[in-house]
Amino acid sequence: MTIKSYRQALNDTLREEMLRDENVLLMGEEIGVFEGSYKITAGLLAEFGEKRVRDTPIAEEGFTGAAIGAAMLGLRPVVEIMTINFSLLALDQIVNHAAKIYGMFGGQAKVPIVIRTPGGGGQQLGATHSQNIELYYAFVPGMKVVAPSTPADAKALLLAAIRDDDPVLFLENLALYNTKGEVPEDDTPAEIGKAAIKRVGTDITLVGYSRMAYVAMQVAEELAESDGLNIEVVDLRSLRPLDRETIINSVKKTGCAVVLEDDWLTYGIGAEIAASISDGAFDYLDAPVRRVAMAEVPMPYAKALETAALPSHDDVIHAIHQTLAACGRQRNTIGKNQ
Amino acid sequence: MMDITMPRLSDTMEEGTIAVWHKQPGDNVKVGDILVEIETDKATMEYEAYEDGVLAEIVVPVGETVAIGTLIARLDNGKDSAPSAPVVTPAAKAQASSAPAPTKVVVPEIETDRVMASPLVRRLAREHNINIATLRGTGPGGRVIRADIDQFLAKGGNAPAGQDYATVDDKRGTEAVAISSVRRVIARRLSESARTIPHFFVTAVADAELLVQMRADVNNRLAAKGEAKVSLNDLIIKASALALREHPLVNASWVDDASTLMHIHHRVNIGVAVASGNGLVVPVITDADQKSVSEIGAEAKRLATQANGKGLSIEQMSGGTFTISNLGMYGVEEFTAIINPPEGAILAVGGTAKEAVVVNDKIEIRHRMRLTLSSDHRIIDGALAAEFMRTLTQIIENPWRIGA
Repeated sequence: MTIKSYRQALNDTLREEMLRDENVLLMGEEIGVFEGSYKITAGLLAEFGEKRVRDTPIAEEGFTGAAIGAAMLGLRPVVEIMTINFSLLALDQIVNHAAKIYGMFGGQAKVPIVIRTPGGGGQQLGATHSQNIELYYAFVPGMKVVAPSTPADAKALLLAAIRDDDPVLFLENLALYNTKGEVPEDDTPAEIGKAAIKRVGTDITLVGYSRMAYVAMQVAEELAESDGLNIEVVDLRSLRPLDRETIINSVKKTGCAVVLEDDWLTYGIGAEIAASISDGAFDYLDAPVRRVAMAEVPMPYAKALETAALPSHDDVIHAIHQTLAACGRQRNTIGKNQ
Repeated sequence: MMDITMPRLSDTMEEGTIAVWHKQPGDNVKVGDILVEIETDKATMEYEAYEDGVLAEIVVPVGETVAIGTLIARLDNGKDSAPSAPVVTPAAKAQASSAPAPTKVVVPEIETDRVMASPLVRRLAREHNINIATLRGTGPGGRVIRADIDQFLAKGGNAPAGQDYATVDDKRGTEAVAISSVRRVIARRLSESARTIPHFFVTAVADAELLVQMRADVNNRLAAKGEAKVSLNDLIIKASALALREHPLVNASWVDDASTLMHIHHRVNIGVAVASGNGLVVPVITDADQKSVSEIGAEAKRLATQANGKGLSIEQMSGGTFTISNLGMYGVEEFTAIINPPEGAILAVGGTAKEAVVVNDKIEIRHRMRLTLSSDHRIIDGALAAEFMRTLTQIIENPWRIGA
């Protein structure tokens, strides 16, 4: 085990996989000479050369399409799209080609492509550069979408994504790049489609992924300290396939859930989770499933407004308290406990 | 409009005291605002609003203590009633000015008597064979939640499967049952009677040998005519009516302590205590002294049938001047009864049975019955009660005086 950042875990894993398999190559804007806008590909051009670390024109549809073609012919390209917002320019390539070729052509060609891309707001990048639109890809059969929240999962899921024969959208998050955690030395890939119980608890289930799984863990520890709450945290890790079983089993145990998401509430990932809970754990629910999500606005640029629009730590705590109150459990907020 | 009830703030909490209202009627309330501070057995806690709205009414003021589940305030949330709160979106905060987001779900108004309970509670109730309607809901809007069923199970949940009642006291296996309006009237009137009327009791034994013979003769004649038989009670009603006619001061009422007058009734209207399926009722046979025994019998039978069926009218149960209660048919030898106000006396009739008695210095087997008069000592003295009982006994022992 080594403590390293989420960023470093990604960089190390890309390097290890390029060393392990010569068919693995990287493509994207500014990933070579500039070493990536977020430095995930630092040092790789120098080590592996231009043939395997390709700086591309600013043309997402073009280089994503090229990577899909390369994947169909046996290479394992890892494409970096600078942020998930720009993936919209490659939407047709991803949705209509990467996701469908295997099925449409009777399995004659696989598309083992990985599209790495960070989502998330909070960096004052404005409305068009601060979105969480992984839902667009999680919606599409034929795609896999993974979203690690820790450095260890970043490694294990990137290993799994590169080795998977299906197209995988690998969601990173701008706010997570500098977070640190233990990363195992061995190169055991994660199982795509398997959520993780990141914290075992009995009082309430928090469901999140990516940054909101990270927030969930922080809140769970804080409320364990302040309120003595025993919160269970389910980190989805994979949005498609979705591990409904783990979510449902957790809610069967706790009887209530709050779903956290960085995207918009309406039609969001949280709606799918809430529906799954209703379907699989209906007879175990003691309170309505609550969702915490972003305000339904294009992300404001002004810092104060951006902060207000994003789901916060306090929003999560509030939703937990409301849900527990609906279950007949109130925290003592005055502290006059005898 | 949404009801806000005293919440369960701890597992052991039974009731709570309002310490401070943080909102006053007319104040805007947002989700998460502190509405009220509540003192429990353990601590003072803040209670937050579940829904946005305007505080419409404070029902329980500061300092008052109420049980959990009791209405403490009403919140106007823009709906006529709150059948169930839509999933609220706590983080959907700033709304775009150009495009208001549809985060508020419009719930159609459905007025039902449905018990609000979480799905978990419904499943647990099925598994433990509990009628959730008997549970008190302490969740939002009175929803029955797991805490309620857990508390119920902790108290009486070890009851055998198939038990269809909820125990309120496990040690006694106590079930709380609603009091019918009839029972409530009985309770109020009889406790008032026992509390305010100075009762005293005079018991007499009547030789009923001839009365029994006469009843047999009368019934043979009635049967020959195809008419309904009369009971011993019908004969006693007529006998009592005649005795009251001789002692009008027993057919009387104390008015009240402030009055300088008492009431003497010149009509003899005899109430007959009937144990109906709806509880004790006392239909009145008016002018019983004027009616034949067979008329009394027919009327008593009709009233008793009606009491057990559709029920008696107020008219049929009012206007009595004296009451007879007969438990003889249950094998009761003698008992005392509580006066039915505003009457002055009530006659408790025991069973008629064969006894060994001394008649002319010989032991003979005779039918005998015991009669106990309860009298209001404010208007009836012991001597008067005794005279009345002697008259009544003589009529019973010389039943030709009753007539048919």
